[in-house]
Amino acid sequence: MFTALFLFFLWRPISLGTTTGLFTALKHAFRRPVTLQYPTEQPVLAPRFMAHPVLTWDFEVDEPYCTGCLICMKICPTDVITVSMKDNEKFASEDSKRRKIVDDFKLDVADCIMCGLCVDYCNFDAIVMSDHFDASVDNRSNLVHDLQTLLDEGKGQQEKGRWSPPATKKSQRRSAAQAKVSKPSSSEEAKESTSEENEIETD
Amino acid sequence: METKATVIRDENSETAELRINMGPQHPATHGVFRMVLTLDGERVVTVEPHIGYLHRGSEKLTEGENFQQITTLFDRLDYISNFNNEWVYVRTVERAMEVEIPERAEFIRIILGELNRIASHFLFYGTYGLDIGAMNPVMIGFRERERIQALFEGVSGARMMHNYFRVGGVKEDLPDGFVPAINALLEHLKKGYEDAKNILTESEIFIERTAGIGALDAERTLDYGVTGPVLRAAGVDYDIRKADPYSMYSDLDFSVPLGSHGDCYDRYMVRMLEIEQSIKIIEQCIRRLPDGPIQGKVSRILRPPEGDFFVHGENPRGDLGVYLVSTGGTVRPYRLKIRGPSFSNLMALSSMMEGAYLADSTVILGSLDIVLGEVDR
Repeated sequence: MFTALFLFFLWRPISLGTTTGLFTALKHAFRRPVTLQYPTEQPVLAPRFMAHPVLTWDFEVDEPYCTGCLICMKICPTDVITVSMKDNEKFASEDSKRRKIVDDFKLDVADCIMCGLCVDYCNFDAIVMSDHFDASVDNRSNLVHDLQTLLDEGKGQQEKGRWSPPATKKSQRRSAAQAKVSKPSSSEEAKESTSEENEIETD
Repeated sequence: METKATVIRDENSETAELRINMGPQHPATHGVFRMVLTLDGERVVTVEPHIGYLHRGSEKLTEGENFQQITTLFDRLDYISNFNNEWVYVRTVERAMEVEIPERAEFIRIILGELNRIASHFLFYGTYGLDIGAMNPVMIGFRERERIQALFEGVSGARMMHNYFRVGGVKEDLPDGFVPAINALLEHLKKGYEDAKNILTESEIFIERTAGIGALDAERTLDYGVTGPVLRAAGVDYDIRKADPYSMYSDLDFSVPLGSHGDCYDRYMVRMLEIEQSIKIIEQCIRRLPDGPIQGKVSRILRPPEGDFFVHGENPRGDLGVYLVSTGGTVRPYRLKIRGPSFSNLMALSSMMEGAYLADSTVILGSLDIVLGEVDR
């Protein structure tokens, strides 16, 4: 038996490569496991993590930022957003600067591909990607989020600090626009671009 | 009790060819791919690949989407190298609209694209190990890929479907602490690469299984239009990053690994050496990463001028080309043709597999490293 084994290895010795592979595998056998015990341990998400989008709440005026301008509906690649707008009652009483406000907002999370284009194209900082990665429900109709659900989820995101208030973002944009306007040569271009910005064509 | 040996072989009997079905739910086909093999004993006589199980009509869908929305479709083509797909598409629109891209955006794109190449090759390493019957490589391959994807999540917000590249630049600037994070990641990747190399590259069993199997010479690879590591394994020096340089690649110092035999082992080796080169490229990019804007001057509505434009780029799997026909003034393409590397590489399958053993069929298929999301589109 041993002679046979000896003769076998004499005929074809185990190469160094095979043994180094064996030792590498052995080395890893004594490592700590990296498994995350999911329901009890929650993963640490990146600040930019994108789950489905939610709507933000303007605490100063106590109304949503969304004016129902339909730009998210037009840019959405999978057509999961349905929006409608109405006249803002608070505008008449001069509590708010928003002439129009969102009336109804439906988001079908089942078809949402979490691309973030709606957040990119929103002119009013009214929509933000949430961190609700565990969006499973027991009925498919529950995946259609209405305005109230989205606003509640958005408030949760704002409390978590996952969203910077639009004051900073908007003021940056305003200062950038002013810088553009102040240059005499590029003022016309800036005007053109702002007029173009407000709509996305869908043919 | 005495046993008698029975003769089961009849000299006069005729052997028949056997047709067997492999897939579409076979784990070694890397997706939903089906092949019908005709066997003569242990040898494969003919191979009939059947594709289309994952067909979504991506090319047709692009005709109904805005130019901004099409990036999301390109994420879903070759779902292992998403950044590279997006990159080729945005370059097509950029060429059509003659957009200038800031240098910082170019470097960000190269860093992410090369990291994606490393992730893709590590995935190949893991699954190829499984194809030949080794259980260890998949642990190492997926571990390293997971590290890269965690970094991607920090940058783009998604692990796979990033939608991060924009026409004219990228969506957002890199997050705070990106450079230390990627330096730490590269250290991990180098260690992981050493582990990976130790387990397979010099293993005698692996070499026995792959060397000389499924060889395709340079002439035939060119006939079939094979690109990427499969072509370079046959010794043809064709890498679009060198042959038709785009972005900042002409300024970067890297080499193109070449094989000589065109067999499965060479294909594996070319991919492993490409990981080294990609790490080298990323290190140079981090050193040279400038400050500045990340988005060029592009109007918010994209309307490329009339004409047809072809742009191709080096994906981890080969040459991904996008042919765009624009009627001018519209927000949607008239036609968008995708030339996918996996699809073209798969066409050489029958040439490689005929005459090989049945046991080698998964080894040959795995060495092509196809992604069915892009074969079927």
